[in-house]
Amino acid sequence: MKKLLIAAIGLLPLVNLQAGDWRGYIELEGTAFFEDPAFEGQSNSNLSIAAEPEYIKEWNRGKDIFTFKPFYRIDQRDDNRTHGDLRELSWIHAASDWEVLAGVGKVFWGVTEAVHLVDIINQTDLVESFDGEEKLGQPMIDLSLIRDWGVVDLFVLPGFRERTFPSEDGRPRFAIPIDTDNPIYESSAEQHHTDFAARWSNSIGNWDIGLSYFYGTSREPRFVILPSAIDPVTGTVSETNPLYEIINQTSIDLQAIYGSWLWKLEAFTRGGQGDRFVSAAGGFEYTFVGVRESAIDVGVIAEYLYDGRDDEIGSIEIRPGTAFSTSPFQNDFVLGTRITLNDAQSTELLAVAIFDLEGNGQSFTVEASRRIGSDWILALEGSGFSNVSENTSLVSFKKDSNIRLKLTRYF
Amino acid sequence: MTPVKFLPAILLCLLPLCVQAETPEEKGLAIAVEADSRDTGFVDYTNNVQMILRNKQGQESIRVIRSKTLEVDGDGDKSQTIFDEPRDVKGTALLSFTHKEGPDDQWLYLPALKRVKRIASDNKSGPFMGSEFAYEDITSQEVEKYTYKFLRDDTLDGLDVFVFERYPIDKKSGYTRQIIWLDKEHYKERKIEYYDRKDALLKTLVFKDYHQYLDKFWRAHDMHMENHLTGKSTKLIQSDYEFNTGLTDRDFDKNSLKRAR
Repeated sequence: MKKLLIAAIGLLPLVNLQAGDWRGYIELEGTAFFEDPAFEGQSNSNLSIAAEPEYIKEWNRGKDIFTFKPFYRIDQRDDNRTHGDLRELSWIHAASDWEVLAGVGKVFWGVTEAVHLVDIINQTDLVESFDGEEKLGQPMIDLSLIRDWGVVDLFVLPGFRERTFPSEDGRPRFAIPIDTDNPIYESSAEQHHTDFAARWSNSIGNWDIGLSYFYGTSREPRFVILPSAIDPVTGTVSETNPLYEIINQTSIDLQAIYGSWLWKLEAFTRGGQGDRFVSAAGGFEYTFVGVRESAIDVGVIAEYLYDGRDDEIGSIEIRPGTAFSTSPFQNDFVLGTRITLNDAQSTELLAVAIFDLEGNGQSFTVEASRRIGSDWILALEGSGFSNVSENTSLVSFKKDSNIRLKLTRYF
Repeated sequence: MTPVKFLPAILLCLLPLCVQAETPEEKGLAIAVEADSRDTGFVDYTNNVQMILRNKQGQESIRVIRSKTLEVDGDGDKSQTIFDEPRDVKGTALLSFTHKEGPDDQWLYLPALKRVKRIASDNKSGPFMGSEFAYEDITSQEVEKYTYKFLRDDTLDGLDVFVFERYPIDKKSGYTRQIIWLDKEHYKERKIEYYDRKDALLKTLVFKDYHQYLDKFWRAHDMHMENHLTGKSTKLIQSDYEFNTGLTDRDFDKNSLKRAR
């Protein structure tokens, strides 16, 4: 990544910076927790500042685009969250029936609200946000072939990005500290393994459909406890290491629109992390447009989440040397609402609750935002956990209900 | 003399009768069809739009968008709109395929997430970017989306105009009817009154500063929408029209949406 950044800075003088366009944001964030922390080192509050400028240059009537988008965050408590990333450094060229993106970029696949199962090209920047929606830049060549029968995307992904995890001082974090400095790879090429992906997508009438295949290093690690991490006297586990295995994953994402109904399905089958397993999410979003003759839209979201893996981090049967996974949504129901005021300040609110149908607890998130003046956005985020049992990896976060205020200046 | 030679004379005699027999519904439709045919053949155009939103207290907020439109033979237009301001939504892009029949297709591109979201087609009555323009006010006005009724000949600001009503066919429309003032010389809209679902006057749109392009196509550079219920208004200033820019279907697909900057 550092090499890429140096290459990027080296390339900058070649581009006429005056002719392009700078945009981006600076964001101030404050977080307060309702309960005392579960783990030593954690605090009841946190302050953080982040910036993400973006330089864009288009030429050839928009058929060629150069993008440079670095990101940096400074965090008061969590050293792992104080981090930088090259979100994008890419050249896009569009021809009449094909397109190519070369460089560092971001690609999103998927349709559901609560989880993003089939979205696999970019690694999750987990320290940024626990909902997994923030991503690290991924080196790639993406060739899009645009045909009457859909779009085929062929990806070559040279080089792997490790998932970011909170440090021991970070909050929330997993109960067992994660040794991010010593990940374990299945491939001897380690993070230099070249991954491949292919995708076909199309819109047919009311339907949007995508079929994807991925072969390479799993973005989602399992974890291993090395014998050296277990205290021989007390038996306590001091840390665990991320295990990045080579997987093959085939997935489908489907969306159908009928009036105010959006029906959604995402599912994949993955081999390479122990037994082959299936993960799926499906449901709907129904929108009441202009409730009571106002401009306000109210959406109702319902989804069901299934995961064929066991959620083992909460179980006590973890043995040294065996790999285990952390997937809290085996059999869960999602209920949410999206309220859009459609006012000049773009006020909106999204509230989502996830209920574990096996009685292992509930988690809640609320995100509300509103524009102030012309260039500022004030956002309020809350997340909470209730009745969390010992049988789920969410147990690590059971004291981490919090409220977060973000003030962002766009330029 | 064969009867055939009489035919033109007979037809000429019948013509005034035909006009007499035309119902207000037929006349309203005929005006809409003529207005539509006068705006057919533009192929494509691009333009820039500034929207000035004003609330009851007179506070203003600004929207800036860039727009591309492609004429589609036998169906509604395709359009792509990229937002420049407010800055928090810069790069957000909206792709619309309007259809003569059935709901329009719309996709929204969110640049921060690189996500293309399909938009439920029923939200046509909702405000566009918090303005007093609803989605259905700014998407292409296909003849087939309404039924019509001619009301009267009149004058507006010294211009001879047709005044007619149109009734949305789509039950999800926010309106029961609209009254249109259309000038007789160029078949350009001069004023539209929008009546809400309770048939009360909700909004008035006034078109000003018309410019003609390619010696044929008229575009209003100044459109002012006033909401009588809330006291809010939106002024829409259009500029930098360019016609026949060589746009193709490829400039209106989901890949092009992801390329929007």
